[in-house]
Amino acid sequence: MTKVFERYGASWLCILPLALVIVPFFLAPMLVVAAASFLEGDGFGGIIASPTLANYAGLFSARLTLDLYLQTIKFTILTWAFSLLLGFFIAYFLVFHVRNQLLAIGLFLLCTVPFWTSNIIRMISWIPLLGKEGLINQAAMGVGLTNQPMEFLLFSSFAVVVAYVHQLTIFMIVPIFNSMARIDKRVVEAALDAGASRFDIMRLIIVPMSKSGIALGSIFVVSIVMGDFFVIKVMSGGGSASVVGAFYEDISVLQYPPAAASAVVLTLVVMGLVAAILRTVDIRKEIAP
Amino acid sequence: MTRAKGDIELAGVCKTYDGEVMAVEGVNLKIPDGAYCCLLGPSGCGKTTILRMIAGHEDPTDGEIVIGGDNVVGLPPVARRTAMMFQSYALFPHLTVRDNIAFALRVRGQSKAERYAAVDRLMDKVRLTELADRLPAQLSGGQQQRVALARAAITEPRVLLLDEPLSALDEQLRIQMRQELRRMQRELGITFVHVTHTQLEAIALADIVVVMEKGKIRQAGPARDVYAYPKDRYVAEFLGGQNVLAGRVESVNGSSIVVASPQLRGIEVPLRKGVAASAGGDVEFAVRRDEVELVRPGVTTLSPSVASVNSRVTAVEYQGSFVKVMLDAVPGQEFVAYVPERKFFDDPLAIGDLVLATWPSQSARLLD
Repeated sequence: MTKVFERYGASWLCILPLALVIVPFFLAPMLVVAAASFLEGDGFGGIIASPTLANYAGLFSARLTLDLYLQTIKFTILTWAFSLLLGFFIAYFLVFHVRNQLLAIGLFLLCTVPFWTSNIIRMISWIPLLGKEGLINQAAMGVGLTNQPMEFLLFSSFAVVVAYVHQLTIFMIVPIFNSMARIDKRVVEAALDAGASRFDIMRLIIVPMSKSGIALGSIFVVSIVMGDFFVIKVMSGGGSASVVGAFYEDISVLQYPPAAASAVVLTLVVMGLVAAILRTVDIRKEIAP
Repeated sequence: MTRAKGDIELAGVCKTYDGEVMAVEGVNLKIPDGAYCCLLGPSGCGKTTILRMIAGHEDPTDGEIVIGGDNVVGLPPVARRTAMMFQSYALFPHLTVRDNIAFALRVRGQSKAERYAAVDRLMDKVRLTELADRLPAQLSGGQQQRVALARAAITEPRVLLLDEPLSALDEQLRIQMRQELRRMQRELGITFVHVTHTQLEAIALADIVVVMEKGKIRQAGPARDVYAYPKDRYVAEFLGGQNVLAGRVESVNGSSIVVASPQLRGIEVPLRKGVAASAGGDVEFAVRRDEVELVRPGVTTLSPSVASVNSRVTAVEYQGSFVKVMLDAVPGQEFVAYVPERKFFDDPLAIGDLVLATWPSQSARLLD
């Protein structure tokens, strides 16, 4: 025992402060939720200490569950694809095309400007742009593209994806920027020397070498969209629902155990997705190169 | 197929990055086909810039670069048929050794079977076969260098450009890989241009050594010419192996001059073609460190064809095959004698001993 302590004592001490935060404020509540999901509710916000699988049975037997997951996954995939596309090329531009480092840092900070205000303001600010009387519709009608306002722009799935991409692209930019910035410029030059075209360099050098950044960004985007209900609620105008939105409803009518079961299932699904992403890349390389 | 000629000619090549400071200034240089050329100089002297301009990674601000008779300015590296080996190798970290070497063939659109066949042949030749499936991070420095060399050679370039190829290696390996480079160059029979700041590396390898300073060529020629017959003080000091002395011309008599300074008395130095020296003018001359012979004062009478200067031993360093004896002949300046080991230990000198540093007058070399 003393030998074990001698060997690992220092590392245990190192993780102690983090554990002091994680255990009471993260792990314990998670366990409470997990426990609650196997208990009965009294219908008035109370929990009765009698074990049951009814919460899960109800969840898995409802057709709604699958629909909700499909819808949420649809938004997740769309948001992931667009934010990846944008994030990758913005990071590429910042790393490989902006020669002046000060300018690169300035532009990088510019990407964070949307975060200087609240999420609600950010979403509301889409209304004057996408709304029926909004800038885009008026412009489209002005130049004669359409003769009536396009309805799909606001309070629609389109609007949800726009808001998500707007909100989450930065989570792609940062890790991809980080891994791209570590690419030795001489490696790119060596590829050029070997006769690689711009496209070859992108395909054979930059993308594979930014893989860990792409994976990290994907984890951020996927887990945020999967766990969100607010953007869907506001931007779809109530037209679309989400997994979290559904169990938020449960909570508001004091149905805690079914909500807990939903939360456990969602957590497992997201963990599965993250695990799948991590399989494609050695994330340790990114954290400790 | 007759092999394309790999002779290089730089004519009036200039490079400036900001329009003010010249990184390379009016460089003229001819490198014959199949030569091993070393660009030698301290960091920031423009040697790497010249290499990058030959490679096509940098465009000259002015001047022409001709390879095999074609002006290549503005052409991409592939069209020049040059290949570059980068400092610290710049191997693709995510590709195996085989794929690293095959990269150039891959982007030329060769099929996997075709390019792997070519790569395997080359890997066999440079003894990399057993490393084929490793990643660069799993290789030692020397192995990485061989991979980088193979990657550059796979396209059969007519010119291979090497940017400090040995600087990432430790001393022993460096000497070993130095030989390997030379062997490769002879086998491939192509022009090598090698940038280094290590003079030993340059003179050991090169057919032509180009000594540079501040964007200009100070001297270019065969290794022995540059080492043994330096043109000026800069070359003499950078290449080492020489003591540089300065003084005033006392008299000019026929084929030699007599130089004096507070420390030097009546030193005879042969005149050199193209170097002007008149009585009363200041001159500099070099004396090879291994030409300097140390004698204890008053032991023998010196022949009149031998120059000498009084000094005191300040330090002694054993170097194995010779002993490096440092003297205070000229205050504030190095004056060193390389004494053959056996000779030194016949009558070992100690720090503080008074000696007469002597050398045959004819061996002194007047500098520009």
